[in-house]
Amino acid sequence: MSEANLTLGGHGAGLSEASPFSIPAKKLAMWLFIISDAATFGAVLVAYGFLRNATPNWPAPFKFSPSILNVMVMTFILISSSLTMLICVRAAQAGDRAKALRWILITAAGGAIFALLHIREWLSLIDEGVRLFQNPWGSGLFGAAFFSVTGLHLLHVSVGVVALTVVGLRYKGGRYNADDIEITGLYWHFVDIVWMFVVPLVYLLSIAR
Amino acid sequence: MSSGEQHRGGLGTDVVVYLCLLGIAGLQIVLAYSGNEGRGLAARLLVVAIIQAFIAVLFFMHLRAERRSLVVFIAVFTLFVLAAMQYGWTDSFRIINGVPFTRLH
Repeated sequence: MSEANLTLGGHGAGLSEASPFSIPAKKLAMWLFIISDAATFGAVLVAYGFLRNATPNWPAPFKFSPSILNVMVMTFILISSSLTMLICVRAAQAGDRAKALRWILITAAGGAIFALLHIREWLSLIDEGVRLFQNPWGSGLFGAAFFSVTGLHLLHVSVGVVALTVVGLRYKGGRYNADDIEITGLYWHFVDIVWMFVVPLVYLLSIAR
Repeated sequence: MSSGEQHRGGLGTDVVVYLCLLGIAGLQIVLAYSGNEGRGLAARLLVVAIIQAFIAVLFFMHLRAERRSLVVFIAVFTLFVLAAMQYGWTDSFRIINGVPFTRLH
């Protein structure tokens, strides 16, 4: 046992252990956060599904134009932003800080456009009379369920845009390294994956026919 | 994969995966307007979404390049939590519908 460990009464033994799963502790922390967040979104989406299934007069307000077209554009932007994030991670791993900053800002811009389109969608529904507990078409629960699911996702996108910008600037300034870029990327891809479930469950199962 | 190490596959792989994900997203729209409704459509859309998410986790989040122990940990932990949640949701469903007890009266 080393002198340092003797001083710590043996408690310092863990200091020399390899990191779990051979990845940095902060990357493991991000994976744990993603698992817990997946449970949160899982709960919200399953609750939405049960509520929708149990309510006979569930509204189907989403017309192809503008709602589904808007969703298609939003999906394209979000998946494209995942690709730009990958380019950013590769640039960071290659040590090209300027290129990494450029691509992470492009990714953040994609997220910001997504958020604006989402807010426009919300305003359009609010204009049509959708409120948290009432709407012109059917069950009053629709508004609460719709705004809860999409609002939680929109919150994640907004936080992601801020995080991408901050991490990108700090990486350019030398305070963060490529690992931090990669970890932020994990979060961004997760937000993208959640949207892949929100679109079919919330929008495509409630299209106006 | 160790920290800072280059991910396996090049940008070409990323672009192919990106195009696949866009294609799958397009397939969801086609399925939604295919004329099917109800549970059949919900099941199809959900299966497509799971495939899409699986591809994204493997290639975009690079889980395929991580240690097997991490992959198993994440998969088992996530699936267990999501599956265990359904144990409670079925009771919520009973409360919403008031079944089976209200039908006895």
